[in-house]
Amino acid sequence: MKITKDDVLRVAELANLELTEAEIETYGAQLGSILSYCEKLNELDTSAVEPLAQVLAAERPEETDPVAQQHLREDVARDAAIIGQVVRRAPEALDAQPPYFRVPKVIERGE
Amino acid sequence: MIQPDEWAEQNMTTPPTSTAPNGWTIPSIRRALESKQISARDLTKGFYARIERDNPRLNAFLALSPERAFAQADAIDAKIARGEPLPPLAGVPTALKDVLNTRGTETTAGSKILKGYVPPYDATAIERLDRAGAIFLGKTNCDEFAMGSSNENSAFGPVRNPVAPDRVPGGSSGGSAAAVAAGLAVVALGTDTGGSIRQPGALCGVPAMMPTYGRVSRYGLIAFASSLDRIGPFARTVEDVARVMEVIAGRDPLDATSAGHPVPAYSTGLDAPVKGLRLGIPAEYFGEGLDSAVRQKVEAGIARLKDLGCIPAPIEMRHTAYAVPAYYLIATAEASSNLARFDGVRYGLRVPGATLGEMYRKTRGAGFGPEVKRRIMLGTYALSAGYYDAYYLKAQKVRTLIKGDFDRAFQQVDLILTPTSPVTAFRLGERTADPLSMYLADIYTVTGSLAGVTAISVPCGKVSGTLPVGLQIIGPHFEEGRVLRLARAFEASGGFQL
Repeated sequence: MKITKDDVLRVAELANLELTEAEIETYGAQLGSILSYCEKLNELDTSAVEPLAQVLAAERPEETDPVAQQHLREDVARDAAIIGQVVRRAPEALDAQPPYFRVPKVIERGE
Repeated sequence: MIQPDEWAEQNMTTPPTSTAPNGWTIPSIRRALESKQISARDLTKGFYARIERDNPRLNAFLALSPERAFAQADAIDAKIARGEPLPPLAGVPTALKDVLNTRGTETTAGSKILKGYVPPYDATAIERLDRAGAIFLGKTNCDEFAMGSSNENSAFGPVRNPVAPDRVPGGSSGGSAAAVAAGLAVVALGTDTGGSIRQPGALCGVPAMMPTYGRVSRYGLIAFASSLDRIGPFARTVEDVARVMEVIAGRDPLDATSAGHPVPAYSTGLDAPVKGLRLGIPAEYFGEGLDSAVRQKVEAGIARLKDLGCIPAPIEMRHTAYAVPAYYLIATAEASSNLARFDGVRYGLRVPGATLGEMYRKTRGAGFGPEVKRRIMLGTYALSAGYYDAYYLKAQKVRTLIKGDFDRAFQQVDLILTPTSPVTAFRLGERTADPLSMYLADIYTVTGSLAGVTAISVPCGKVSGTLPVGLQIIGPHFEEGRVLRLARAFEASGGFQL
């Protein structure tokens, strides 16, 4: 499968990754070979097969049963009491009340 | 009272190049503490001395936490002095994979993007070990964000296999496996998404367990692929694996996917008879690509279990060949989403940019290593518009078929036996050029990951007397007890030294 330079750039844009010219070339070739290998899945007819996102849900249908919802905890707010500590670990923050993370000015969506 | 120097004499008499471990286990530590032969503080000192001696060569530990370790040790010694009962893992020197958040100790996930990050809280599994009296020596090296099968993807250099220093320890939990194999810790926690506990356990020659999905809370684990990630133990004996399992397993309100099933006392049922257990042997795991010397050892292991009265039977698991592509599409898709949080805003590295988007791209471009970027790219591609159905959705459907293989097999047999890895530990650098060839070596472990079942890898002899082989024992969901029982019987029969 051929992955073009445009494909790589489009995916890197979606993934918010800045790549070097060398990386663009390497990843293009490697993604192509990995995706070709993944096409092996097309040997299987899955037209009548349901997708499986998570094993527990399949294993424990009672989990979706309202009667068995005792697994869900009460929805009550709790003070994690570590907000100050969390913010202090940020690369740039304002340790005020309430504290803030600092980021470059947001001019428009996505930028 | 044994002094640290004497302890070193008694337990560390081997030269630095030797791989012979010291003899401590959870029960022997307990006996030594209770009879006041050694204090928890001196035991901890002894382990740090050994780490200081051997870690520069092995690179198994990324960070040490002596302040916390000695505080934990002193708390145990105080209990002993007051004659109080000791908690289940009292004084047990423990190593923790660096993808698990630990309060007050640097946690990097093997990545430059988190260098210097010190979490303000403990992962639930860590908190449970803490309450059980364990001593946290430090954090172990791993492939960056647990992505790799050789530990060569760590931003902080590869771990060396204690049994053969020119070879990889396996991955991604290579530091945890190496630490236990080299006697630098008595037990360790690792994480397993596609084989990252079992395969390094096999390559370093120590028992290593992947619990059922949901058996151990993932709260505080830096996520790789949330529908696959598990936390589990490495130890030198099956009993010690069981003892750690009974501490870390169980429902946690902070992880909605953690299971409410009662946690059995795994360590008390270990010696129940195994006679009559039906063991499925899937032909698909013994075909092309399996090293012939590994096959020979695994077949000898199966013969040994037959001698113990178990009943091996051929079974069919016909979607096995599709597991690697299905796994890599699903795991990378989930990873591309989970790793979006590393953007220079809340923790770790920030590379300045004129705009928010530029800061994101520069931070992630500089902070992530090559394998992590490759997987984020693959996962993003598989989830992107126009390709979602062909790759991600297709892989999820194949996941259903693979789980079906296990469901059918467990209607016929009690447990499944396979090699853990098709090869023994390979040389550093031997496979790094071709990512796909590295992925293909995960063939025997990704199946169980996709199906959510539990499995252990136990030592099953050594090829040419040095390179360990792993036998994988796979059990149905929540049947850790059955898996451990067979592993224990195998160990007791001398199977580890086949």
